[in-house]
Amino acid sequence: MELALAVLVTIVTAATPLLLAATGELVVERSGVLNLGVEGMMVMGAVGGFLAAYLSGNPFLGMLAGVLFGMGMALLFGFLSLTLATNQYATGLALTIIGLGLASLIGEPFVGRAGIRPPHLDIPGLSDIPFVGPLLFGRDPFFYISLALVAGVVWFLFYTKPGLTLRAVGDNHQSAHALGIKVLRYRYLAVLFGGACAGLAGAQLSLVYTPQWSENMTAGRGWIALALVVFASWRPMRVLVGAYLFGAVSIGQLHAQALGIPIPSQALTALPYAATIVVLVIISQNRRLTMINTPASLGKSFVPDR
Amino acid sequence: MKKTLLALLAAGTALSLPTATPVLAQQDTAEACFVYVGSRTDGGWSQAHDMARMEVEEHFGDAVTTTFVENVAEATSEGTIERLARSGCDIVFTTSFGFMDPTLAVAERFPDVKFEHATGYKTADNMSAYNSRFYEGRFIQGQIAASISETGTAGYIASFPIPEVVQGINAFLLGAQSIDPEFSVRVVWVNSWYDPGAEADAARVLMDQGVDVITQHTDSTAPMQEAASRGIKAFGQALDQIEAGPETQLTAIIDSWGPYYIRRLEAVLDGTWESENIWDGLESGILTMAPYTNMPDDVAALAAETEEAIKAGDLVVFSGPINRQDGTEWLAEGDVADDETLLGMNFYVEGVDDQLPE
Repeated sequence: MELALAVLVTIVTAATPLLLAATGELVVERSGVLNLGVEGMMVMGAVGGFLAAYLSGNPFLGMLAGVLFGMGMALLFGFLSLTLATNQYATGLALTIIGLGLASLIGEPFVGRAGIRPPHLDIPGLSDIPFVGPLLFGRDPFFYISLALVAGVVWFLFYTKPGLTLRAVGDNHQSAHALGIKVLRYRYLAVLFGGACAGLAGAQLSLVYTPQWSENMTAGRGWIALALVVFASWRPMRVLVGAYLFGAVSIGQLHAQALGIPIPSQALTALPYAATIVVLVIISQNRRLTMINTPASLGKSFVPDR
Repeated sequence: MKKTLLALLAAGTALSLPTATPVLAQQDTAEACFVYVGSRTDGGWSQAHDMARMEVEEHFGDAVTTTFVENVAEATSEGTIERLARSGCDIVFTTSFGFMDPTLAVAERFPDVKFEHATGYKTADNMSAYNSRFYEGRFIQGQIAASISETGTAGYIASFPIPEVVQGINAFLLGAQSIDPEFSVRVVWVNSWYDPGAEADAARVLMDQGVDVITQHTDSTAPMQEAASRGIKAFGQALDQIEAGPETQLTAIIDSWGPYYIRRLEAVLDGTWESENIWDGLESGILTMAPYTNMPDDVAALAAETEEAIKAGDLVVFSGPINRQDGTEWLAEGDVADDETLLGMNFYVEGVDDQLPE
């Protein structure tokens, strides 16, 4: 029982940054923009979050700074790819490279310093319930934010008018424009939202996952988040399933190794990727539904004709 | 001018005496280049090499200039090494096991540039191999772990199944079982030298499974930090990591490459550099142990005693009787493992509770 709880807690910690970043990117892609710079925004969020928390002593300022750093990077991406209509693929890749370099530069004096963990929720009564209490009512703020975020995005995209408009912009920006919708305004807001989420995911890494700053500490998690969005065929609940599945398999394989189960460790290391892809492909088998959910204008630049 | 004369002289000698020994070419300045697999601020392996590089700069002043490239992926390192060789480096130090074949390939194409590869076993006329017997430190760590552990199980976070890492696991277990014959080690491979998140996950998983001492053969301080957050003891890696765990670090294997680099650059300047294959241990000072902290005095005394015995040559880590994992005999009583076997070590000794990845 205690082991099961410990395992679940570790899985949640591993899945949360993926869930945060992927949910943000999902909204970006639903608006028709492909931002390959998730890794770069995430690593900037990590360094920003660490610095603000370390210098102020307040982990919540760290979270805020993570969001702002991510948004700063997103703004740069938006200016280039939306206002100047540069190629989104190239701009996103450049954003990742810039983010990794800039974060290393900013963070260099702070490598090896111990970070500041945000407090865990503690509701007297609820948090004391055996098993469920510590798992659901005793976690760090990022966990609750990530779940609220998924719920919020589902509600926004599928149950509100601006959400419908955003999807319309992503499906056919010409028609949306002809209807008088401010395509670029929607896209800017979506890109900034994606940056905020990626930045928050980065702050989770440097405040909760491993409370320290170290270079390249995102270690490819931004790319995993990007892949999750595609394999979840742009559906928020599937992103949730994918992120937790990935977390569960990656922690599960470590447990299998530590128990001495005789499977080659290289195969086990590859397992989270393989399992997540297989499961998400299986649940996305309905091709008509997948086509409906794929933003048709994804990755295409839009220049309004005034 | 002097260089040209020497070169002419060298050419002449080479023509008249094809079998002559290489001509000693003294030089006033040298450029030393370093290739790191990780970040130079990783708090571990690559930082240790970078600190040694700075020692070199300090020691030689203007005579030696240094250049480094960090975060070089092993798989794509050949291009980086070649660029350095082309850019005028007199000697290139490549500091990760996976750089071995790329270094050798570039060394064959650039016979006038000297290469030194850390922790491998391949050499050429212009390529040395240098290494440190880290496993001697691991043996001491094993003794400490077995002395302080209450659960009788230690967690081992491993990177890649290469001989150096396997030696470490075996030596750790041999050390531990010299204190407690029942002691076991749980091994988790993260298949990365540096991924703080994965290393922290591995530490959490091992602690969840009940280990109460953590050791690692990866480069970040994340496992130490995780151990600290749960009040469990751990060993530092490559550098004294006491800052990451003031109440956690038992000791650390400290890599001190500085004196070696200085010696080799002196040889470059004198023109006496020759390809060598060096594998030094505690006795030479190429690795040292951080202070024995956060443990009872008698354990610290035992560790210090073992360290002295290894330095004096009274204790040889891989000396018989040792069985292989499957129970067959590897070393008989009185036998000592030869370096060749150790450098290609691809099997566990008896008692390791893990299957070695092929």
